Amino acid sequence: MKLSINGHDHEVDAPADMPLLWVLRDVIGLTGTKFGCGMAQCGACTVHVDGAAIRSCVTPASALTGKQITTIEGLSSDGSHPVQRAWIEADVVQCGYCQSGQVMAAAALLKQKPAPSDADIDAAMSGNICRCGTYQRIRAGVHRAAELIKVAGSIEEAGHVA
Amino acid sequence: MWREGMNFSGVVADASNVAHTPSPPNPPLEGEGLSAKPRLATEDLKVKRRDFLKTGATLSAGLVVACFMPPGMRRAFAQDAAKKPAPIPPNAFVRIALDDTVTVLLKHSEMGQGVWTSIPMVIAEELDCDWSKIHVEHAPAAPEYAHTVFGIQMTGGSTSTWESFDQLRHAGATARALLIAAAAQKWKTQAADCHTEKGFVMCGANKASYGELAEAAAKLPMPDAVKLKGIEEFTLIGKPTQRLDSKAKVTGTAEFGIDVKRPNMLIAVVARAPVFGAKVKSFDAAKAKSIAGVVEVVQVPSGVAVLAKHFWAAKQGRDALTIDWDLGTGATISTTGLREDYRKQAQTLGTVAKQAGDVDAAFKGTKVIESEYEVPFLAHAPMEPENCTVEIGKDGADIYTGTQFQTMDQNLSAKILGLKPEQVRIHTMFLGGGFGRRANPTSDYVTEAVQVAKASGKTVKVVWTREDDIHGGYYRPMWLSKLRATLGKDGKPAAWSHTIVGQSIIAGTPFAPMMIKDGIDATSVEGAADAPYLENIPAHRVDLHSPSSPISVLWWRSVGHSHTAFVVESFLDELAHAAKQDPLTYRRALLPEKSRERLALDLAAQKFGWGKPLAKGHAAGIAVHQSFGSYVAQIAEVSVANKQIKVHRVVCAIDCGPVVNPLTVEAQMQSGIAFGLGAALHSELTLKDGKIEQSNFHNYTVLRLNEMPHVEVHIVPSTDKMGGCGEPGTPPIAPAVANAVFAATGQRLRKLPLRLA
Repeated sequence: MKLSINGHDHEVDAPADMPLLWVLRDVIGLTGTKFGCGMAQCGACTVHVDGAAIRSCVTPASALTGKQITTIEGLSSDGSHPVQRAWIEADVVQCGYCQSGQVMAAAALLKQKPAPSDADIDAAMSGNICRCGTYQRIRAGVHRAAELIKVAGSIEEAGHVA
Repeated sequence: MWREGMNFSGVVADASNVAHTPSPPNPPLEGEGLSAKPRLATEDLKVKRRDFLKTGATLSAGLVVACFMPPGMRRAFAQDAAKKPAPIPPNAFVRIALDDTVTVLLKHSEMGQGVWTSIPMVIAEELDCDWSKIHVEHAPAAPEYAHTVFGIQMTGGSTSTWESFDQLRHAGATARALLIAAAAQKWKTQAADCHTEKGFVMCGANKASYGELAEAAAKLPMPDAVKLKGIEEFTLIGKPTQRLDSKAKVTGTAEFGIDVKRPNMLIAVVARAPVFGAKVKSFDAAKAKSIAGVVEVVQVPSGVAVLAKHFWAAKQGRDALTIDWDLGTGATISTTGLREDYRKQAQTLGTVAKQAGDVDAAFKGTKVIESEYEVPFLAHAPMEPENCTVEIGKDGADIYTGTQFQTMDQNLSAKILGLKPEQVRIHTMFLGGGFGRRANPTSDYVTEAVQVAKASGKTVKVVWTREDDIHGGYYRPMWLSKLRATLGKDGKPAAWSHTIVGQSIIAGTPFAPMMIKDGIDATSVEGAADAPYLENIPAHRVDLHSPSSPISVLWWRSVGHSHTAFVVESFLDELAHAAKQDPLTYRRALLPEKSRERLALDLAAQKFGWGKPLAKGHAAGIAVHQSFGSYVAQIAEVSVANKQIKVHRVVCAIDCGPVVNPLTVEAQMQSGIAFGLGAALHSELTLKDGKIEQSNFHNYTVLRLNEMPHVEVHIVPSTDKMGGCGEPGTPPIAPAVANAVFAATGQRLRKLPLRLA
């Protein structure tokens, strides 16, 4: 199957039912996307498909041919996506394992709603579990990213966004 | 978990039972370690551990490294040296490269708690280097990196900062002294005339960077004594400092154990016992082997491993195995049965852990308040499922994993492979959460991966699924407590009895001789036998029953405190209400006036505005608890609607002694509260016919973002003895919430997770 990941085409030899997560991690070698539950319960595996957040652990890769897949490695060229900048400023991460998924979920939210309310954040981010409990700083991080976007004018102008 | 005088280096040697045992731990520096009291005044220290910090004056820089570096580090150095001009290692904890980069070799494991940042701060403070030039690496497993109190290399017990504070200040100061000496020699002046500033040594018009001086510094003899900074001279310690691992963790480049890639590596998924203690009788791997990508199937002591080209094939292969298990007695266990048994045991007196006065006499002929409390088995469920990569080579083995217990892993793996411990090189990766699960006296997920590699002859990464993790044991034990008390005329408790029933996490481990004394596992009764109120209760007794079972149990963030704080602080709240007194006032009256518990309580109460009216339908609950040398008070503001508990706000005050990084303390309090609140509101493992009934995050529920209260953290200004931060935030939250629920509804919830009738 042919997959477009972070702007590059990949010819992948994998079973049709193999979830995108394992194609990314074990076939292509992009390990930024994490395995947490395997049943769309924790959000660690969140990636974007045509800009929307999906759970790669339950999405067969074969269903994604012809679509644009973006992983944490492709979110920006240099860690300058406003969510990444805001996360660093707000000192959000702890163990960091869930944070690829958290960042991808927040980036998808901000694309839809550039100035989300707390209720919007609850709705968009409660599917992403963090066992370190960084939730309060995640909330602050999303609001900070919204500020960065507002000041810059757009997500694209707020960082080197792919 | 730690007790003064506890040192595990000997038991590790016993556990590994191999001819070659690790070197004995270095003796503590004068005044260091056991007291856990940080040295804050400026003073001259004699360097006693010369072999530990030696630089090898007569040898060239490259050889200097080899003469004292542990093998793993020597290898790391060799790799570095090939890439760039020789970096200079002033000691085992700091390397200074010619480009001025200061590399800190972190002996602790970064699992979220922030040691990747706070420990380098301690070194950098004394080294006076440029913080922007700091680079951090996990140290290899070697005796040099042993815990200064426990004697083995490990991260746990909320000890990292205090156990290494003096040691690492000293390491930084020693490196600085050598750099100054090198500069003085270069400029033909006295060291006393030189000073340092952000990575440079200066003297008059002369100025040289640390990188320029490093090679010459490495050839100098160790100073006999170095001067440490006074607290008033600190520029970094105590200052809110952002994490050094953020960028790697928001760009997906941080490498966790599960991300490791090695040449020709296969992925393995293991079929483990369906009930505790079950053994493989026979198995049929034909179907598994027919799955595309599956390479090999091997039996190991823990079960049957399927090795494949990728996880997906390995998991499908594992699921396709047909295994005939000898279930053993484990298949008869149920949580319901255990509860009945625990209840029966609680009716009898156990082994006494603490007593004063005559409790039984005090209960006669007076009104006795009696309650039973219960908490369930819990899984740690770190976000990164257990995993371990093993590569066996000609000269030893390389193990890549996230671990809190390097020395145990190294020794137990060496034993399996017939190697000397130093031939097993432990590469500590970032840990996707630990919470105690990755500090296992049996090194379960590491030794299993070693067995798979040994049996298959392949380089292999064993990956657990979430279901494997939830079913895999090493749980926080289920506990049942029976409490009784009588009140005096003043309403204060006149007698207090606390019977605890639950499995020992230490029994059967190599740590038992150190941590079980007179039949009491100290971790079973911590927080109960040393509850601060007992001193003011004339008759009191705490006793313990430690039933055994095939279910494996382990320390879970805050260990015994995870149940004792809930029980003691809830029951004390019951007594306050029985005495018709305010819960804060009641606690204060039972605590010594200048006690650190009271300081924390008072700060939390003041910041919360205790006693002031709350929003309609809201109520507040309070709890205070000391664990791991830190004193934490929390006040939770809750409301209850449709039997659902909503925690709106938590005010947390902590006295942990001197603070290295306030941002870390704040983060760890938020983290400990979220972890404890998830357990208070949701998490529970139950067994039926020996099987754990939960399997993944849909039925083993934990806290999610929409339930996170607003947490305010306030630090008690303190120069008192330094405590820990990773765990002490967890114990008080369950009782604070339960007490608030009582205030809101009149329902006293005595069982976790909290469920309203």
